Amino acid sequence: MLEIVQTNENNYISIAVTGDADASSSIKLDKGLRSAFDESHSNIIIDCTNLNYISSAGLGVFMSYIEEINQTNTTFVIYGLSEKVLKVFGILGLDQLLILKNTKEEALVELNGL
Amino acid sequence: MRISLAISTLLWLIMTLLDVLQVLAVRSDVDLGISPIVPVLIIDFFFVFVVLFYRLRITKVESTDFIDYLWRVFAIGLIATLVSLALGLFNNSIADSALANNPFLEEVLYSIRFGLISVFLVSTFTVWKKLILYQKSKRLVIWWNVFEGVILLSIFFNLIGGDLQTNDLFKILFGVITLMALILSANLKWVAFLNFKQKWKSILLILLITIYLGYFFTSIYVPGEETMDILKSIDNLFIVSLFVFLLFYSIFSLLVILFNLPTSSVFEKKMEEAINFQRLSQSIQQGENENQIFDILLTSSMSAVYADAGWLEIERNKQGTEESEIRRKNLSPTNRLEVIEQIKVSKQKYVLKNPLSKASEQDQTLILFKKSNFRSVLIVPLIIQEKIAGHMYLLNELSDGFNKEMINIINTFASQASISIENFRLLGEALENERYKKELNIAKKVQRALLPVNLDHNDSFQIHAFTQAPDEVGGDYYDTFRLSEHKFAVVIGDVSGKGTSAAFHMSQMKGIFQSLVQLDLAPDEFLVKANKALSGCLEKTSFITLSYFVIDTEHKSVEYSRAGHCPTLFYSSQNSSAEFLENKGLGLGILRNDSFKNYVFVNKMTFQKDDVIVLYTDGISEASNNSGEEFGYDRMKKILTDNAKFDAVSIQKTFIKKLFEFCEDKNLNDDYTMVVIKFK
Repeated sequence: MLEIVQTNENNYISIAVTGDADASSSIKLDKGLRSAFDESHSNIIIDCTNLNYISSAGLGVFMSYIEEINQTNTTFVIYGLSEKVLKVFGILGLDQLLILKNTKEEALVELNGL
Repeated sequence: MRISLAISTLLWLIMTLLDVLQVLAVRSDVDLGISPIVPVLIIDFFFVFVVLFYRLRITKVESTDFIDYLWRVFAIGLIATLVSLALGLFNNSIADSALANNPFLEEVLYSIRFGLISVFLVSTFTVWKKLILYQKSKRLVIWWNVFEGVILLSIFFNLIGGDLQTNDLFKILFGVITLMALILSANLKWVAFLNFKQKWKSILLILLITIYLGYFFTSIYVPGEETMDILKSIDNLFIVSLFVFLLFYSIFSLLVILFNLPTSSVFEKKMEEAINFQRLSQSIQQGENENQIFDILLTSSMSAVYADAGWLEIERNKQGTEESEIRRKNLSPTNRLEVIEQIKVSKQKYVLKNPLSKASEQDQTLILFKKSNFRSVLIVPLIIQEKIAGHMYLLNELSDGFNKEMINIINTFASQASISIENFRLLGEALENERYKKELNIAKKVQRALLPVNLDHNDSFQIHAFTQAPDEVGGDYYDTFRLSEHKFAVVIGDVSGKGTSAAFHMSQMKGIFQSLVQLDLAPDEFLVKANKALSGCLEKTSFITLSYFVIDTEHKSVEYSRAGHCPTLFYSSQNSSAEFLENKGLGLGILRNDSFKNYVFVNKMTFQKDDVIVLYTDGISEASNNSGEEFGYDRMKKILTDNAKFDAVSIQKTFIKKLFEFCEDKNLNDDYTMVVIKFK
């Protein structure tokens, strides 16, 4: 089960991801990200505080946006990853390509800092 | 049968001869010396053999066609009548000649007539028996046997003599037989099985047979005008009983058929419904397709409720577009649209609860129009696999054209058709699934062949691999290659996702490994080139993690690079402890441009005797038990530390055993692979 909730704030779009991102639910994650990117907003933050588990398929979804992030100069920040999920991101090397922060405050600092 | 025919004919001839002789004897006052019983006995046996003949004949011709039976009786009656009439005419034509009052001739003519009438009576009797005993019960058979026995015995009553007018015993017996005949005549079940046309035919035939009976009776027992007696004495109990019984049954049948005529169409209708129902349920076995079932449904439903027109709206999902297919009957497309418009605006809608379903959209709707060609419309939903698969619209020109009975029948038809189609679809799906299973099995075999059976190595190290996938095919990959006498390449990889798509990418990886490895590249170079090769052919959301090792047994060194793959577990015999090799890296296919090379690095280390390298995929490290706990790195470290003294095969076996123990009854839902290298 995976739930995606999008909220549009003043200067950024926030997407809260809750549950498990496995092979079947990663399609839902992709849809959620897609609709956020389609709004062409320059700031997107992903709240993964309640993301319990991510499979390789779920990682693949995040990975597939890396190119778009770089091309459109979008500030894309993921925050609140649990230790377990963060480790998965790290093993694959995604921590080198995506901005991962611990808290929402840190994420917002990242947005405003740019 | 033939013998009885011959004997009866012979007996008849003897009878005629005897009569003539008797007349002659009376004329010439000569006593023939024949006992008076003899001619009577001959008549009796004649009857017996005629009865026997017909019994045999009818049982031989086994047919359920009642009209056929009646026709046969009618034909015999016709012949008898014609002969009888011809004899009468002959008699009249010679009235003035010398022969006119010739007693011999009269006797012969009477005898012929008597014989023919007897044959007719007996044949009618046998056929009537057949009709009465149609759909017999045990009790009826007993009744009939008693009756038939009494009738046959009555043949010999004339040995006693006496006639109806004078003999009391005759009267009593006659009364008893008449009563039994009356009771038996109530058995007219066969009438119900005639259709409308057959009923009319039967009425005609029985009416004619009744007329014959009347005619024969008068010709035997009512004497001509010139004789003074009012009635010739009725002397033969058998003949008269037969007459009475046959007449009763004929009249009863006539009346019953007549009164059954108006309701026969209802009966026929029910039969037709039953047959249609059977057609609906049988259609699958005959290899018909869905459309044929729909056609049968529409046709039989329309005829069952006397609908004037109708159509079926079948929803079919063809490549996402939900377009409904229309099958019309007695209705033009424009008329159909008109009716739909009227349905939308109509205020007289009645929802009829379907007792078999819970959802409200599965209920039937009855709609009445005020001004239209069609005054009533019945909409029946077709439910297949618990989903609405379409609707059947039945139109009637009459207002209130559908009654409760009809709606019930339609319900049964619709559900039977739905069952047939459901079965048809399920069968198709089952076959399709079977085919997929076979295909997957082939894929499994092909993929197995992609993984090496013999792993390249030399005397300096042992190597052992193990892999398992929950689906038929998986995305885990390992391979080895002998670069030179002392140099070996070992690779382990994991494709993102599971199942078939992962398996395809895995086979691409195999191809890339087999071609690049021959270039004897440094591990980081290998990964950069592999990433470039994969960039063009991987799906956008797919990536492959890989660890690439080059083992040099001469220098006892290992060079390795990691492309996002799980960190390698290494046991150092010198330290007697296991550690994960930490180094940076990025999965293949994540960055599909030249910047990838900035994210891969080469690490180098040396090995000693009894050191162990454990390569694995995340199916092992991330396997979780029922409480959601992961197998994890710490457990793996401990298992390796505790078992490093054993050989590669034992280490692998212990690992998997411990993994299963940890997961308990929870099924592993990811591919898991392990390659163990032990240096010597």
